[in-house]
Amino acid sequence: MDHSVPTVGIDVAYVAGLARLRLSPEEIETFGNQLEQVLAYVKKLEEVDVQDVVLAGEEKGFQNRLRLDLALPELSPNEALENAPQQRGGLFLVPRIIE
Amino acid sequence: MSIAFATIHELRKQLLAKEVHPKEVVESLLDRISSVDSRIKAYNYLHPERALESAEKADVSLPLGGIPIAVKDLISVRGEPCTCSSRLLEGYIAPYDATVIERLRAAGAILLGRTNMDEFAMGSSTENSAWGVTRNPWDLSRVPGGSSGGSAAAVAAQEAIAALGSDTGGSIRQPAAFCGCVGLKPTYGRVSRYGLTAFASSLDQIGPLTKTVADAGLLLEIIAGADPRDNTCEPEPAPSFSTKLGEEIRGMTLGVPKEYFVSGMDPEVEAAMQKAIAHLEGLGAILREISLPHTPYSIATYYLVATAEASANLARFDGMRYGRRAPGCNDLLETYGRTRDEGFGREVKRRILLGTYSLSSGYYDAYYLRAQKVRMRIREDFLTAFRDCQAIVTPTSPMPAFRLGERTEDPLQMYLADIFTIAVNLAGLCAISLPCGFTQAGLPIGLQIIGPMRKEETVLQVGYAYEQSTSWHTLRPPLG
Repeated sequence: MDHSVPTVGIDVAYVAGLARLRLSPEEIETFGNQLEQVLAYVKKLEEVDVQDVVLAGEEKGFQNRLRLDLALPELSPNEALENAPQQRGGLFLVPRIIE
Repeated sequence: MSIAFATIHELRKQLLAKEVHPKEVVESLLDRISSVDSRIKAYNYLHPERALESAEKADVSLPLGGIPIAVKDLISVRGEPCTCSSRLLEGYIAPYDATVIERLRAAGAILLGRTNMDEFAMGSSTENSAWGVTRNPWDLSRVPGGSSGGSAAAVAAQEAIAALGSDTGGSIRQPAAFCGCVGLKPTYGRVSRYGLTAFASSLDQIGPLTKTVADAGLLLEIIAGADPRDNTCEPEPAPSFSTKLGEEIRGMTLGVPKEYFVSGMDPEVEAAMQKAIAHLEGLGAILREISLPHTPYSIATYYLVATAEASANLARFDGMRYGRRAPGCNDLLETYGRTRDEGFGREVKRRILLGTYSLSSGYYDAYYLRAQKVRMRIREDFLTAFRDCQAIVTPTSPMPAFRLGERTEDPLQMYLADIFTIAVNLAGLCAISLPCGFTQAGLPIGLQIIGPMRKEETVLQVGYAYEQSTSWHTLRPPLG
């Protein structure tokens, strides 16, 4: 697999869609220029030899720490709903997703 | 002198001797805040009645009994707003206490108010706040640093006895340096993150901002320790961090990384640093040049790792269960898009975009994965260096506080200001910043002492030895 940094510029409108951000045309242009600069800067990571690096959590013998599988006191339904932008009948009211 | 000017340790003595009542302490701070905070704007909001009520029934025999503490506005306090200085969380009321807040309460502390910050802790100047900028108490035309700029400015301006902040890439230490107070970033896993609004989960730590090194140690002892609600938190109980305070540092080896003294550092910062090094030698420490060869890659690594984690963490702010929801939208995607566009400020959007991009299909290996690998190299640098020294000394920031607006238009320039603090988070280490001098224009300069993982007592010991043999920590900003 080719691990070199792609040279193609960032498609801000596309990435904004992935990030669920609705940006103005002015923002798309400004962010595009600024992020190009940042991406040009981070290209320097290509200089580092990362062969044989073992990532954290991938070392031999590494074990995840898990909590006990016990029911603990949590927020009551009313507390969980206190900040809901819209609610009805003890439930969060959200926009329709199935037509 | 006003009670507000006291340290935690001084105040504890006075409270135990019944020379002052906790209510007088709160009143004194509220007076101070009303006389200076219109100029500083360290606080996002205060709860005077609640603080006075807590003061009435405070138990001064507890470790922080009757001591007011300010809290950065991204840590949950039950029944209070937690805005993260973002419009997106305007009106939100936290329904639970963060673990650190439970511990402050159990120790008898009084919660005074919530301090300003860069939105979602993204920034180095506290200019990215939806509620307005905080100003540096030493020079009102300059930034207090960030992202915990409100906490640092509150402590420096004597509007708080001490404060909590959070540090993802320097957000406690850099504002402490800019404001002339003490800031401690604990080892990753030392303090529970339960109830801390997540920015970059593998880097974030809560820590104290205080007037003295001893106060930082005391406050850390209260908030540190195992928490079953945060599995990244060390399972062992936290030790006493202050046991080595007052022990001499004679014979201790301190590393000075040669890569940190390259071009670009402010000459006055460099001069202060050389004096600090000579002073530590005068105390009997052995200063040794060390190498951290991957230093030039730390900022690039950080801005890929931190933004990737942020883009995932901030996906939860979608306007469905809490926070603001854009009105009048036609469908779900428009609701998400407009809620987030209207709610988030520009720096937050920029970082979400960068993080989303570096995690997206086709770019993941080249950006995010490579950055995670370089991060391991940075960590190895420190592990190697700590074979030859017990702590590392550096400037906290390559420059003193910059002017408001000076760097806002150039994100990359703003990022480069974090060069000396970022690697500590990437490697999971602990570090403290404390005052080590002033520029001719009267701006504070910070000395950073970096320790290996779980060696807070060492950085506190070195910091204390330096602090107690100098007088920088006794100087106060000219606010009247």
